[in-house]
Amino acid sequence: MSNSRSELSIILRGVAKDPLGLIGLIIVGTIAVSAIFAAWIVPYDPIGMNIPDRMQGPSAAHWLGTDNLGRDTLSRVIMGGQVALKVALPAVFGAMAIGLTLGMIAGYGPKWLDNLLMLFFDTLRSFPTVMFALAVVALVGPSLQTVVLVVMATSIPTYGRVARTQTLTLRNSEFILAERAMGASMARILGVHMLPNIIGVLGVLAAMDVPTVIALEAGLSFLGLGVKPPTPSWGALLKDGYALIRQTPWLVVGGGLPIILATLGFTFLGESLRDVVDPKLRKNR
Amino acid sequence: MFIYTVKRFALAGLILIVAVTAMFLMIRAVPGDPVSIMLGPRATPELKASLIEQMALDQPIWKQLLIYYGGLLRGDLGIDVFSGRSVVDIVFQQLPYTLEMIALSVVWSAALGIALGAYAAAHPNTIIDRVAAAVSVSFVAAPAFVVALLALLIFAVQLQWFPAIGVGEGFWGRLNHLVLPSFAIGLSWVGYIARLVRASMLEVLGEGHIRTARAFGISERRIIMSYALRIAILPVVTVIGVGMGFLLSSAVFTEIVFARPGIGKLVIDSITTRNYPVVMGTVLVSTGLFVLSTAIADLLNALLDPRARSTK
Repeated sequence: MSNSRSELSIILRGVAKDPLGLIGLIIVGTIAVSAIFAAWIVPYDPIGMNIPDRMQGPSAAHWLGTDNLGRDTLSRVIMGGQVALKVALPAVFGAMAIGLTLGMIAGYGPKWLDNLLMLFFDTLRSFPTVMFALAVVALVGPSLQTVVLVVMATSIPTYGRVARTQTLTLRNSEFILAERAMGASMARILGVHMLPNIIGVLGVLAAMDVPTVIALEAGLSFLGLGVKPPTPSWGALLKDGYALIRQTPWLVVGGGLPIILATLGFTFLGESLRDVVDPKLRKNR
Repeated sequence: MFIYTVKRFALAGLILIVAVTAMFLMIRAVPGDPVSIMLGPRATPELKASLIEQMALDQPIWKQLLIYYGGLLRGDLGIDVFSGRSVVDIVFQQLPYTLEMIALSVVWSAALGIALGAYAAAHPNTIIDRVAAAVSVSFVAAPAFVVALLALLIFAVQLQWFPAIGVGEGFWGRLNHLVLPSFAIGLSWVGYIARLVRASMLEVLGEGHIRTARAFGISERRIIMSYALRIAILPVVTVIGVGMGFLLSSAVFTEIVFARPGIGKLVIDSITTRNYPVVMGTVLVSTGLFVLSTAIADLLNALLDPRARSTK
């Protein structure tokens, strides 16, 4: 265990040395901390209405103004970060776990299973993401769980394909052949010997995937097909701001900037992680 | 090449069949009776009966699937529940609006991205290269619909340089209405394509025939413009083809933000009115477009780069 911890600190130190990585780390850290402690740091109740103060521009009392129900935008932005991570983290980790398992089986198992799983991945990938999400939401109705499931389903193929390629390149390496000669079971080979060699690349992929998920959740909420009101989400802020874009434009800025910042942060972090975890992937940078 | 073409299209067909079947079963698996969901609680029994007959809902599920496939083969995606018009007509009436927006986005972002990437590759590790790299990553990060909203706020509402909504009249009017939407869709592609072209350009510049050209004393400018660039832009073709799904997804949001007609607006409107045949038809047409463009990109890639043929 101590071994893996020191490995993590080596990776983090490597990321922090790269200026873009450091920026990414700071942004992601800020979002994570403010999401965890959101309930304590919000200046106002994010869903508390205050009609006399409605549609106010940014001021000392309300740094990002208020919406048409008098709700404080800054509080909703902070709380929205929590909602975004609540969708993104389970979706990304779920997709990674399923994609990893299926991908390793496809890469290590018999040829027919490989073909079948690849067809499954290709089909899942063949729906334009948003169209697929809209079709599912249209059928089962909007909710946080639906969004998580849809997002998960659409990103499984990415992880699956990468895990498969990695498994294919590893399956004939000497240490796996030795393990097989000693009679190790498939589960042992995959879980104990392959997994540690694949997980790094998938972790990088996951960091890069978080922004896509956050944007999709925000997009669905913007269309009124994601998390339900009055739950504060960045997409819902954009929706309210769009409806009254001439009266309360600060809502659009308040909802849009955190999405762009989060995307930047996770992308920088992912790129920098990639360079540290797998220098082979680094191309002419 | 012929065998590869056949194989690739067979795969595309197989994927479409699985996708259609999955969609179809998913719709039928939704709890509740589809007719009451579509027509609402106040529908008369006669109306319900006619819809059941029209959609063959009284048949066993495999038969319904076959009927649906039969319709697909004849180019029939069903009938709009409300207007009674054919879904194919409705979708293909909206499709051109979406395609012209996507086409313009791809053209401007590819042109700028290729230029930036080529310039960065010709001057590697200069300040301009570094700045371009950082800007590229940042642009890649910006989700199209957020860019669309901010562009709407800044350039249409505040500065009033461009129209906020609609498609406009006449060639210039239409183009004027396309500026902000295609800016929003294309922005993230500029950085992506620039990075791609830069990497592949640096690879090409290291190859033997370029060294030979340099030894002949051909100017660096000419080497880059007429020898290296031709090869270096190949990956862009593939990436745009594979990115079609992404482009269609961005188009959905952009159409809503700028209140433009198109298949994105169509699918959202149909979802809010629970017009399932139209939702399904739109999703299928866009899926078909995506599968087709991926296949064409693969084929073009194989045609231009023979090494790609052997990999699958």
